[in-house]
Amino acid sequence: MYAFEIERPSSIADAVAALKSEEAQALGGGQTLIPALKQRLAMPEQLVSLAGIPEMRGVCKSDAGELCIGGATPHAVVAKEAMADFPALADMAGHIGDPAVRNRGTIGGSLANNDPSACYPCAALATGAAIITNAREIAADDYFQGMFSTALEEGEIITEVKLPIPEKANYQKFVQPASRFALVGVMVAKYADGVRVAVTGASENGVFRWSEAEAALSADFSASALDDIKTSADGMIGDLHGSPEYRAHLIGVLTKRAVTAAA
Amino acid sequence: MTQVSMTVNGKPVSADAEGRTLLVDFLRNQLRLTGTHVGCDTSQCGACVVHVNGQAVKACTMFAAEAEGAEVRTIEGMANDDGSLGVIQQAFQDHHGLQCGFCTPGMVMSAAALLRDNPKPSEAEIREYLEGNICRCTGYHNIIKSILAASGQEVAIAAE
Repeated sequence: MYAFEIERPSSIADAVAALKSEEAQALGGGQTLIPALKQRLAMPEQLVSLAGIPEMRGVCKSDAGELCIGGATPHAVVAKEAMADFPALADMAGHIGDPAVRNRGTIGGSLANNDPSACYPCAALATGAAIITNAREIAADDYFQGMFSTALEEGEIITEVKLPIPEKANYQKFVQPASRFALVGVMVAKYADGVRVAVTGASENGVFRWSEAEAALSADFSASALDDIKTSADGMIGDLHGSPEYRAHLIGVLTKRAVTAAA
Repeated sequence: MTQVSMTVNGKPVSADAEGRTLLVDFLRNQLRLTGTHVGCDTSQCGACVVHVNGQAVKACTMFAAEAEGAEVRTIEGMANDDGSLGVIQQAFQDHHGLQCGFCTPGMVMSAAALLRDNPKPSEAEIREYLEGNICRCTGYHNIIKSILAASGQEVAIAAE
């Protein structure tokens, strides 16, 4: 790693002030950033740790029926504390990485990084979550802008994520066994006004909504509603773990499994 | 360089560290607690697992400065006060839970974290919890047996 200093602010205001410097970078749980620093893929002069900011940690339920998760809340805490109100999300959080990674990695870090195979972007998009930053609120539909790309500006940090709690939901992850990322992951979330389906791990543009499946499932929430919908391999990721055709096929399989498990 | 202070295995410690100093390097190089191992250095293998404020973490994927003020527990803190092996360590010895022993510090620390949250885990729960701990001798069966034994459960799985 190149040399850098670490700041540990204890409030959002102090963190935002520290991040005004051009050479500063936010450090969430570090489970992606630290390996990247070791490979010298990033060279900040200053890291601003968001782990010691109490107002950015914790899980609660709002009066509007949203699950509100502080941006610096580790996956292990979400796995435990979301269980009663949003079990599909708790289950997702409880299967990210491994237990030690889940004790450090955070929801804000995952969403800010927007890895094309990460789990949380799928939950945020499937629930139509609101991404709350120090400066504004961003709808999930506007937030994800392609692989490793988001609507966040320089120095902007995710302080909270508000996920509308669905009537029914399920996340199916086809695990890439070495990395434990999703080879393909699908979250299906059913609301009173319709069904949302988000897919991670598959597209070269990162997480996306599968609108044909959403329309079919909004009319008939059953796996058989998807029988005649085909997914195209165009724009799907192809690598040594799976071809674009294989990933396209998995999307259909996993969406059906998610609907069956949720129904 | 800044001074980093924390409590390690019950003792207050303090030493200089750069911003980029990893917790595992701080423990091994500054404090000379070399029981915590660096296997892969890419947060895959779990040989470096220690507890920070009671949570199992990979010490190769956390900076020493982030543990400022924390309670840290390493494999050196797992023996009984009289120096005899702790329950989990003894179970690893009794059930041949180590071959070359390189992964063992991380296995024991992960096992301790599991048993604190789930005192009587099933075999499947143990295997799932150890997902982030790799034994390249592939001695998993005896590691699982050791943890079952340490939890006071019957060791029923067949020896391999």
